[in-house]
Amino acid sequence: MAEITTLHYLVVAAALFVLGVIGVLTRRNVVIVLMSIELILNAVNLNLLAFSRMWGNLHGQLFAIFIIVDAAAEAAVGLGILIAFFRNKETINVDEIDLLKW
Amino acid sequence: MNPAINSALNSGMAPVATPWFFYALAGLAVASGMAVITRRNAVHSALALIVTLLSVAGLYLMLYAPFVAGVQIIVYAGGIMVLFLFVIMLVNLDRSSKERQFNRMWPVGLAAACALLALFTSVIVKGKALFPDRMVPLAEGSNTQEIAKALYGDAGRMGEYTFAFEIASLLLLVAILGAVIMTKKKI
Repeated sequence: MAEITTLHYLVVAAALFVLGVIGVLTRRNVVIVLMSIELILNAVNLNLLAFSRMWGNLHGQLFAIFIIVDAAAEAAVGLGILIAFFRNKETINVDEIDLLKW
Repeated sequence: MNPAINSALNSGMAPVATPWFFYALAGLAVASGMAVITRRNAVHSALALIVTLLSVAGLYLMLYAPFVAGVQIIVYAGGIMVLFLFVIMLVNLDRSSKERQFNRMWPVGLAAACALLALFTSVIVKGKALFPDRMVPLAEGSNTQEIAKALYGDAGRMGEYTFAFEIASLLLLVAILGAVIMTKKKI
């Protein structure tokens, strides 16, 4: 079987990214939208690590670590907002978050 | 790392990670990624996301990134997913799993995502020739040391990413404060 190259990883990352985008754009449940964002961030990390492997240096891996830090911060704040929202409106549907909508 | 294994790798012995591992892990990641965005019950989505994260961690191991794979398992599968499961159990699940799962504009969203997929496909197909068709073998024993040197500095000097590391700690502090304030009874 052919050797696994950078291109293979890029294809997997593109698939995961598109799945995450579909989740963000179509789901109503905010928790699942946040999980789809995690999927997107994972796809980006996979790309960074594949290129880091291709060029043989560590910059991609360090960027991936910083992206994981970002993902943790984003999940904490996002879920905090979600709990505050649920306390006020008793729902977790994205299309009912429309107080700022004119 | 065991010097015997190292010399076996250097002498051109076939690596343990065969292409089959890649295809299995990639298939598992994509299949459970699909489960994440299609399940009705948010707990099932979270469990599918854990499977995705673990198989992506396996792909990281195949990319000679053992430290990032460990961070992925500990921080993502261990920390962030526990947070998600807690929040799923805090907000009421029964009602939202009986409701409509996809919003009214889902055909538009799906079309936009398909356009994005077409863009990615054309980029990958057109740029195919730019990628080398063989991976160069790398030393994997010193990965964690090299990352630590870049993050924390080496021999009294600041590393290349020390400043970014400190900024990241500030970001985490702000995130902690934000999360605590958001979840207070009265804001």
